[in-house]
Amino acid sequence: MTSPDARARTGAAVVVEDLRLAYGATQALDGLAFEVPAGSVTAVLGPNGAGKTSTVEICEGYRRPDSGRVEVLGLDPARDAARLRERVGVMLQSGGIYASGRALPVLRHLASFYAHPLDVDALAERLGLTTVRATYRRMSGGEKQRLALACAVVGRPELVFLDEPSAGMDPQARLVAWELVEQLRSDGASVVLTTHLLDEAERLADHVVLVDRGRAVLAGSPAELTGGGEALRFRAGPGLPIGELLPSLPEGSQALEESPGSYVVEAPVGAELLAAVSAWCAQHGVAPADLTTRRRSLEDVFLEVTGRGMRP
Amino acid sequence: MSTTTREPGALAPRPGAAPRGRIVLRQALFELRSTLRNGEQLLLTLAIPLVLLVGMSKLPASLVGSDRPVDVVAPGVLALAVVSTAFTGQAIAVGFERRYGVLRLLGATPLGRTGLLVAKTLGVLLVEAVQVVLIAAVALLLGWQPQGSWAVAVLVLVIGTATFSALGLLLGGTLRAEGTLAVANGLYLVMLVAGGLVVPADRYPAAWQSVVALLPSGALGDALRSVLAEGAGLPWAQIAVLAVWGAGAGLLAARTFRWD
Repeated sequence: MTSPDARARTGAAVVVEDLRLAYGATQALDGLAFEVPAGSVTAVLGPNGAGKTSTVEICEGYRRPDSGRVEVLGLDPARDAARLRERVGVMLQSGGIYASGRALPVLRHLASFYAHPLDVDALAERLGLTTVRATYRRMSGGEKQRLALACAVVGRPELVFLDEPSAGMDPQARLVAWELVEQLRSDGASVVLTTHLLDEAERLADHVVLVDRGRAVLAGSPAELTGGGEALRFRAGPGLPIGELLPSLPEGSQALEESPGSYVVEAPVGAELLAAVSAWCAQHGVAPADLTTRRRSLEDVFLEVTGRGMRP
Repeated sequence: MSTTTREPGALAPRPGAAPRGRIVLRQALFELRSTLRNGEQLLLTLAIPLVLLVGMSKLPASLVGSDRPVDVVAPGVLALAVVSTAFTGQAIAVGFERRYGVLRLLGATPLGRTGLLVAKTLGVLLVEAVQVVLIAAVALLLGWQPQGSWAVAVLVLVIGTATFSALGLLLGGTLRAEGTLAVANGLYLVMLVAGGLVVPADRYPAAWQSVVALLPSGALGDALRSVLAEGAGLPWAQIAVLAVWGAGAGLLAARTFRWD
């Protein structure tokens, strides 16, 4: 039996285990498993068709998997849908709003379903909806997304599912949406967002689950996923004793002269590495040129894991 | 007064649903307002019925089969009002709300799927109340002298609403939005002209009369005419026809209804 305290016990807002779902001959989910730590922003990242939306729909209790286990806030989303509805906010990938609805009346209407909704005017102001006069049908893509985001959070949910939240938003709107997500987390809510935008995941997520072909292929914090493969390069006169740097660097680091006068130090890039390299250069009277650092981005990880070719 | 959502803790979770009855009522009133603000819906639910009421009550008595045409026409127009709202209007709304993910999202709020269906039914009844008041007022101005019991007439209207709601949900819950739009409007016209809704079954060619009597439109039209024009009691035969259509459509809709 699952008690409401299960979440406190496991520390997870969402637990997904061995999820399988087929649409006809297509295996959309093929043993997907991951956890969403409570109070975190978790990004479910993956190429189009990876199974992101199906996963979110199962967590929302909208779709049933063929097999596997899902626990949302310690409850079964299919069986306990009625108890979860007031605790979970949902933003669909598109739509969800009356075509003839206007921003403020729609938001006010949805707010009236909740016992302690956010202040509608303040929320609308924050998301730039106060001056939107068009009906939903005629709103810009960004306006639609901002209204849907407002609808997802107006009921003060513990857990928010955002499916591709910043699709169609201009850079300013994205920033506003991101700030809202960051505040939701710092105020104690859990957020699950699906995205294929790597900068969005890198900026927002504490925890990234990389999904490909219906399986979670990697999971961890962006720092964990992008760790390794970092390097600092510079040019200086040839034949310098670059190996001297090694004792002051973390274990596993490398320092070599790749070609005459071209040096590479493979180590975690940070202030300490820069300080060590500067000190070494000063010691040898060297002025380094073309100094560059390279960190792996989530994009590198994403492409390494999912492949660089176009998907059919 | 400056409320803001930016202070720390302003977005802190505080989940909770409003009282269930209030949520459903808010949604029902929202549906009512949406219908009354939608031009096409108003055409279907009020303009066409009222134009028919005025126009047909001026027809020669021989054509309508009564010395007092308005007495025969008014109950038929009330039946048309039920069809326009419970069937055509509801099917089209559901079709497009499915397409735009509205049903899907509302089902995920504290309203829930059951609450949404209850609210839609309540919304239909509220729109019909507006229709009945307006149609009855115009009919009375035209000299309508209703017979029979109002309670029986209201009961027939409610049974008809249940039947046509089931048919509307069956249509709107399965076809694509454009398909629903075409079929719902098409059947409205067919039922109006050939289905015994406003034209009494006995005005059709003999061969067609027995078919009309078995259609839900013919049953509802004749039931209301037998009560309000002839002062009859409960029209059991027509109620049975409506019940069979309603139960069949309801069972089928429960199995096939898609929320997106």
